[in-house]
Amino acid sequence: MNFGFTQEQQILRSEVRKYLEERCPMEDARRIMESAEGYCPERWKEIAELGWLGLLVPESYGGAGLGWVDLVVLLEETGRALFPSPLLGTVLATLAIVENGSPEQQQRYLPRIAEGTDLFSVAWLERADVLDPEVQATRAVREGDDLVLDGEKLFVTDAVSASHFIVSCRESEGPEGIALAVVPADAAGVTVTNLPSIDASKRLGKVSLAGVRVPADATLQGASGRPAGAAALGRLFDHAAAAITAEMVGAAEGAHAMVVEYAKARRQFGSLIGRFQGVKHPLAEMYVDIESFKSLLYYAAWCLDEAPDEAAEHVSMAKAYASDAFTRIGIDAVELHGAIGYTWEYDAQLYLKRSKWAKAMFGSADHHYERVAELGVV
Amino acid sequence: MDFNLTPEEEAFRGDVRSFLDEHLPPESDRGGMFPLRWAKVVREKRWVGFSWPRDVGGGGATVMQQAILKEELSQRAAPPLGTCIMGLAWVGPAIIQHGTEEQKRQFIPDILDSKYQWCTGYSEPAVGSDLAALQCRGVRDGDHYVVTGQKIWTSLAEWAKWMILLVRTEVGREPKHEGITCLLVPMDSPGLTVKPIRDLAGHSFFAEVFFDGVRVPVENRLGEEGKGWQITLGALANERSGIAEVAGLRRRLDRLRELARVRTLDGRPALEDARVRRRLAEFHTRISAMRFNGLRFLTRQVKGESVGSETSINKLHAARLEQQLAEFGIELQGSYGALTGGSDEAVAGGHWQKQALGWGTTVIGGGTPNVQKNIIAERILGLPHD
Repeated sequence: MNFGFTQEQQILRSEVRKYLEERCPMEDARRIMESAEGYCPERWKEIAELGWLGLLVPESYGGAGLGWVDLVVLLEETGRALFPSPLLGTVLATLAIVENGSPEQQQRYLPRIAEGTDLFSVAWLERADVLDPEVQATRAVREGDDLVLDGEKLFVTDAVSASHFIVSCRESEGPEGIALAVVPADAAGVTVTNLPSIDASKRLGKVSLAGVRVPADATLQGASGRPAGAAALGRLFDHAAAAITAEMVGAAEGAHAMVVEYAKARRQFGSLIGRFQGVKHPLAEMYVDIESFKSLLYYAAWCLDEAPDEAAEHVSMAKAYASDAFTRIGIDAVELHGAIGYTWEYDAQLYLKRSKWAKAMFGSADHHYERVAELGVV
Repeated sequence: MDFNLTPEEEAFRGDVRSFLDEHLPPESDRGGMFPLRWAKVVREKRWVGFSWPRDVGGGGATVMQQAILKEELSQRAAPPLGTCIMGLAWVGPAIIQHGTEEQKRQFIPDILDSKYQWCTGYSEPAVGSDLAALQCRGVRDGDHYVVTGQKIWTSLAEWAKWMILLVRTEVGREPKHEGITCLLVPMDSPGLTVKPIRDLAGHSFFAEVFFDGVRVPVENRLGEEGKGWQITLGALANERSGIAEVAGLRRRLDRLRELARVRTLDGRPALEDARVRRRLAEFHTRISAMRFNGLRFLTRQVKGESVGSETSINKLHAARLEQQLAEFGIELQGSYGALTGGSDEAVAGGHWQKQALGWGTTVIGGGTPNVQKNIIAERILGLPHD
């Protein structure tokens, strides 16, 4: 039994943290998140060279072939730095292709993802906002050797910067009739619109598909040749919830560290404010919550690779706990600073906004707790 | 990360399971001679004092073996390993760590055999959470310490034969915890009187203890004079692993779910209500978090790292869960929630009402939740002391 990180994983963490501290401190992150592109192509190239983009890509396709626990290390650190980049889309698309793509499809897409040439995102959520992989209003109709897609996708992460989308759609009836189609962003009939996000470091967009024609072999088919199906999309949803929970761990720790430092430096009533229990106790509670949803997430991440049957329940526990806890941490981080925390210049507000983005995305606490009730309690 | 046990650990767990299959009957079948038989077999198996060194009669178990045994026992709701509650929890470990050879010979076998109870004289009327400010005096007089003062909230004082006692042997010393000495005191010493206190549930498990010139031989001092505080720190650290409590909390949650299945809200089973389901899922999630927190601490212990203040995390969870599970049990009963045991109308014989009033020992006993938060804030986050 070993519920800890390996030495290699600890080295990965310190390298990622060092890069972000040097190349993307908060003033740079702010500048990037306020730019039109929402990410920095130069840094994107650098992190591709550092191997971050190919972390999950099998070695035979030019990546490092690592797993979910390694990914947690990376995402905790990018979350801590509020690193504005389309990394989440890359991670999710990579997982979708590794798990559902044929060898030929993996060869076609993965090396270009790993080297940072193509920027993938996953487009699955829709206007009705039903978090059920079987409910897909977007249609795919076969016409000869082509597939014709019609529909509209919302809440697509980093949509504007993406070169490709993995689009979920319904091709035929039943759970097997859900397909994942790879659609180039510049294909005829694709319109991408930016949707202003509550967190500027996490871009969202709308992808409209009007008679978009892709070759039939653009839908992900495993080695078995069968379409991915609703089960694969459901699993991808778990990957997404776990990924942003990993970012939440880092971001919550970042917010917490800010207040702890402030409490050790700021004096009021002739005393450091960290001496007052009105400050001390909320900080202790934050710590308890962060450590707890961190433990839940670590186990969920391990399950995603090693015990897939247990993954859904544990991902939901982690995302639900984190959503509630980080909401409070975001608010407290601003409030405990007093007026300075409420200013634009002060970084506490950036964490507050991340907490609001993360609680809404990929299932609210209510949604995930209901799944926990279903899978683990009742 | 790897959640699999090594072959040796698997074998140990198999051994534990088959031993329990043989010696531990179902809960309904544990009356009569069972408690005596259980005490005998677990003692022979060296599961009593399982973590203690073998040369003092303990089991010499590794951290992983302790964790496996604790988890297996609590999953089957097994009775405690030995009934000398405080002797096994912290007095024994303190004597093993700080005691003389003579003290070990005198006390350790009796503790392992649960021959009698120990009690703990730490808290005082003016000194609760701020233990280091204690005032009960110990004055050296030849071969004795003469103890004068008062202790309070002393659990088991009426039944205990011995007390582990903290006294102030040096007044005005700064920092104040350096003037404290630890003594082992017979409860039948002349000048020592016990006055039981009735708790809010109607029981008298704790008491006030008065010392009026009680003479304690110097050879009953545990550790050096003025070093009593270190003994307490080590002692309290022994009772906070957290993993063992998980199975007990899970059982309470199971019972709560059964209550939600039979109770109705607006004519439908409460278990179908979205709010009820969410509460149960939150409890399940926090109990799971405790387990995984515990496994992370355990991993660090196995690697030889020290685990100290972090265990306050699970202590806080356990305290809150114990209260909230019981409160939700009452909430699910509607007006019946106001009834306590004693009539057929009470739900489950007043079980949840009893739980809702019975958390004092665990929630307040080892340091209140606010004290746990101070520990986290000061020792882990490095915030200034109050």
